[in-house]
Amino acid sequence: MDSFLLEALVNGILLGGVFALPALGLNLVFGVVDVVWLCYAELVMVGMYAVWFLYTQAGWPLWVAFAACLPVVSVLGLLLHLLVVRPLLAAPPINQVLATGGVLFLLQGAMTLIFRTDFRSLGVDMPPMEVGEIFVSGTKLAAFCAALVGAALLWAFLKFTYVGTAIRAIARDREVMPLMGVDPQRIYLIASAVGGALAGLAACLLVVQLDVHPFVGLSFGPITFMICVMGGLGNMLGGFLAAFIMGIIVSVGGFWGTTEFSYVVAFGFFIVTIFARPRGLFAR
Amino acid sequence: MSATLELSGIHAGYGDFQALFGIGLRVEPGEAVGVVGPNGAGKTTLLRVISGLIRPTAGSLRFGEQDLATTPAHLLPSLGIAHVPENRRLFPHLTVEENLKVGAFSPAARAHFAERRDRVYDLFPRMKQRRHQLAGTMSGGEQQMCAIGRALMCAPRILLLDEPSAGLAPIVVKQVFDLVRRIREEGLTVLIVEQNVAQVLRVVDRAYVLETGRVAAEGRSADLVADPAIRRSYLGGH
Repeated sequence: MDSFLLEALVNGILLGGVFALPALGLNLVFGVVDVVWLCYAELVMVGMYAVWFLYTQAGWPLWVAFAACLPVVSVLGLLLHLLVVRPLLAAPPINQVLATGGVLFLLQGAMTLIFRTDFRSLGVDMPPMEVGEIFVSGTKLAAFCAALVGAALLWAFLKFTYVGTAIRAIARDREVMPLMGVDPQRIYLIASAVGGALAGLAACLLVVQLDVHPFVGLSFGPITFMICVMGGLGNMLGGFLAAFIMGIIVSVGGFWGTTEFSYVVAFGFFIVTIFARPRGLFAR
Repeated sequence: MSATLELSGIHAGYGDFQALFGIGLRVEPGEAVGVVGPNGAGKTTLLRVISGLIRPTAGSLRFGEQDLATTPAHLLPSLGIAHVPENRRLFPHLTVEENLKVGAFSPAARAHFAERRDRVYDLFPRMKQRRHQLAGTMSGGEQQMCAIGRALMCAPRILLLDEPSAGLAPIVVKQVFDLVRRIREEGLTVLIVEQNVAQVLRVVDRAYVLETGRVAAEGRSADLVADPAIRRSYLGGH
């Protein structure tokens, strides 16, 4: 195989790993709470600002800034649930979407007020590595590995803990949960906190690859939603696999054309998918 | 320690629709009590009121010293009240053992998970064979076993069973009632709602006949079986 194509393919897989985290978080919250957080990419954006601020302005070590980002965005997820989602749980879905969509603009506006629209860069980069015939960005490889670790931890949490098992159960049948001794409201809170933490981890991985600005969510938000819909909303494994498919399409599409062209291919593939498999690529 | 389940003057319904009109019912420790009656009589609603899924609009609902009418539903398993809902409501995409694990969610039950799971497997060896199988892929009878096992994970003092025989083949219905009999022999208090009147009256000590949300008759199983009106309406006899 052409080594440039191979490089694009490898980059696509690395990109897929980073797409996978917000897709998992969004799917987790949707599966449990049955509400789409339209402002999910903006939670990631706030996390990116948190890392940027703590590292470049407050002078914290990068690792400490990363470690602080997770709880910050996790608390943001909790607040989003308590202040916006919980009061609307019984409301029609369109109201829930409009409310979390309102939070999207609120966060963009708030960050514009505080940090203005300048592009902020962390200014850290790891040297590229030569693997066989191809070059792999060290930063992207590290981000990919961290994303896989995050996904594996999430999987272990869902598979082996009582709360994780209840989360998988509640996604299928919420009404019966009190009979199991489960308070659904508490599970909603936990899922929102974990969903927030995943957005925080995604922020750490993206802030080393992208400059932060109030509208940076637009560069990965839409594709995250497409990944979730392609994998089947609420289907964690489907979303995880779809993230890699999208990552490869974007990366290899960019190899044959421009980045803009690669997004045309990705969105085109998405449109074909929802016509052919409206309930997701992996729906049974 | 055991407690008496006691309902008096219970009114309940869904929105504007009232389903229960002043129900009185009592289950003593160690008893097996049946609630029978036609479709739409309010039997399922009655169990849902007891386990807190629906709040009564009037009347009192007690389990021993505990006022259930004001207790959040998710605390009931810790109090020893387990409810096997209508249509079993297993989590079909989880394995048998994971279903049992959800049944042991209460903090008090988690500490005893392994020991209670093994007891459920002793009671239902079939569940042990299928412990890693997805619950949704099992037969109706096996699913009913799993649903009862899941309820037993909170070590209940009283087991509420809603139509355990619904949708099962006649031979499986018999197995399910044998199962209920075995649970009884373990000393567990049972309140069972059934449309299959003939079968359930063979298992329970006493029964209430519910009609359009009211208790139309109550008595010992043997007396109900002998009652000409009950025979005519529910047992197809003459």
